[in-house]
Amino acid sequence: MQPPAEHVHWLFATGILFLGMLLVAEAIVGPEVWRRRKWRAYLWPSLLFGLGVFMWPVMVFFTNSTIHMLAHSSWAQMMMVAGAAELGLVSGKLKSRYWKLAVPVMLAVAGSAFLIHEANPWLYSRSAFVHHLCGWMLLIGALFPLGAAFKTRSLFFKAGYGLVVVAVSVALFTSRDVAPVFGHLSPSAGVAHR
Amino acid sequence: MSQYVTDLSRIRIRTGRSPRALAVLSLGPLAMLAGVVWAFVQPWRLTLLHPYHQGFWWLVVEPPILVVLAGVVFAAIAAGIVHDLEEAEAE
Repeated sequence: MQPPAEHVHWLFATGILFLGMLLVAEAIVGPEVWRRRKWRAYLWPSLLFGLGVFMWPVMVFFTNSTIHMLAHSSWAQMMMVAGAAELGLVSGKLKSRYWKLAVPVMLAVAGSAFLIHEANPWLYSRSAFVHHLCGWMLLIGALFPLGAAFKTRSLFFKAGYGLVVVAVSVALFTSRDVAPVFGHLSPSAGVAHR
Repeated sequence: MSQYVTDLSRIRIRTGRSPRALAVLSLGPLAMLAGVVWAFVQPWRLTLLHPYHQGFWWLVVEPPILVVLAGVVFAAIAAGIVHDLEEAEAE
């Protein structure tokens, strides 16, 4: 009853797409309007925390390699930490603005984990390409929330952060278990299917 | 005079939306459109159209529908965001 890996990628891509849309919307309207309704302020940090929680079963059930398990657990931990930090800031229980750095650290760790746990080169298969692409997008994209942590009113940094998250979701939606990328598929990757 | 100005402000809000409001309102429909376009480009990913001999996960997880769903849920939230934005702009 375990889902194929690509289905898990698509489910997470849906959550990440929704997260990205919320971040872009918050960047557009600004934090004052966004926080006019209390529940809305908690929405995307809760979603981020929840995605971290749901990453744990992925770590437990997809045990094809140790490095995969480590990558999934690092994503789970960092998403939960970043979500919890944002929840703490929204509720007022955390005061220091340096807690805002939890999100760029999460993206940097997530990006590094993508790159480290992908052993194959970019054009080995679709999956390898998606891993490399997500890794670099997250690593470079971490600069946006890093900038937003210090320039809290910057539309460029906040919208950039949201758009990076949307781009990662699009990349995850293109993920397939075994499929070619730009016509390339290594014979050792297996037989392509739908 | 004050009442007149207030009424004019309300009319402006009802007839024309700010670029920020339009941007927020367009996010949901854009996602829905992306899902629909995907469904036309890769109809085999919509297993509801040919449900026989499909596995459980292929029937439950249909990515174009998931994208449309994300857009629908966001659109439901966007209405409240725009309401608050227009209230803030009117103040």
